[in-house]
Amino acid sequence: MQIDIAKPILDKNDRAAQRNRERLIEHGVFVVDLLASPGAGKTSTILATIEALRDTYRIAVIEGDIASTVDSEKIKEQDIPAVQVNTGGACHLESEMIRRALDALDLDELDLIIIENVGNLVCPTDFYLGEDLKVMILSVPEGDDKPLKYPGIFQVASAVILNKVDTMPVFDFNENAFREAVGQLNPTAPIFPIAATKGQGVQAWTEWLSAQVEARRAEAAE
Amino acid sequence: MHEMALMESVLDTVESSAEQAGALKVVKVSLSVGEMTEAIAEALEFAFEALTDGTIMEGAELAITYITPRSRCSACGNEFEHDRFHIICPRCGSVNTRLLAGRELYIDSIEVDMPDEDGA
Repeated sequence: MQIDIAKPILDKNDRAAQRNRERLIEHGVFVVDLLASPGAGKTSTILATIEALRDTYRIAVIEGDIASTVDSEKIKEQDIPAVQVNTGGACHLESEMIRRALDALDLDELDLIIIENVGNLVCPTDFYLGEDLKVMILSVPEGDDKPLKYPGIFQVASAVILNKVDTMPVFDFNENAFREAVGQLNPTAPIFPIAATKGQGVQAWTEWLSAQVEARRAEAAE
Repeated sequence: MHEMALMESVLDTVESSAEQAGALKVVKVSLSVGEMTEAIAEALEFAFEALTDGTIMEGAELAITYITPRSRCSACGNEFEHDRFHIICPRCGSVNTRLLAGRELYIDSIEVDMPDEDGA
């Protein structure tokens, strides 16, 4: 006998994501989910973003890692609320983990939450968490051919940050080839070349992010 | 290897649907997977075998239908199939295209053995 199911595989995750979404809208909190491979500079980019936007928005960070609290401690040193989510081996964050992290934050006192997803260019791509947008960070040492190897992550991203641009001469990174490949995969995503630890290029990225936050607020006010 | 998590989710749904129907055994699980997702057939099959061991789904066939990506151009209305890498409209070159298919992760149906089923 055949039984029709006709349900998304990630139905349970998607429904939990929708509940996260509704909760975030209710509290007027904007969420950006940062995706990158290990060592691309997610934490450095978050620290640079905090420095640029902390006078404008009340920010918190959700740190997803397989284990340890190293990253969340770096954020807390900046007097920014941070919740560590240890996935215990899982290669991606799921909506229920974000729900628990949101429980640990005072949403009434926040405008912007940055999620640092687990370092991985594949797995987090298929999981909606209830965020406003996903942003992908690629670092120069990883090579300009990454969009051809990991198209999925470049496609779900609303913007692409190219980090460690100060190392470009050393790594023979072809920025034109990179832009061409991203342009084919995701032609509407802006690319922000930055050097997070030096503050270079960070302003263009944070201005764009602020514009997204403000656009969402204007939408909500209508 | 998030296919393990995907398959856990599939099997949760399959098991409860089969039990609800009073089935003895699941013989086939049919999924649709869009080519623009990150779910790989071999990894899904591995996860399926590993996770169905010792359940009413053990030994069932896993049938995966892959969905070719398809988009519609917002500028000229052209509807076109494409691979993972090219979503720009091939007719007018517009970048404003909307994905119609290709990101599915879907459980279509299952086949089960029922007690006292006709012909059984």
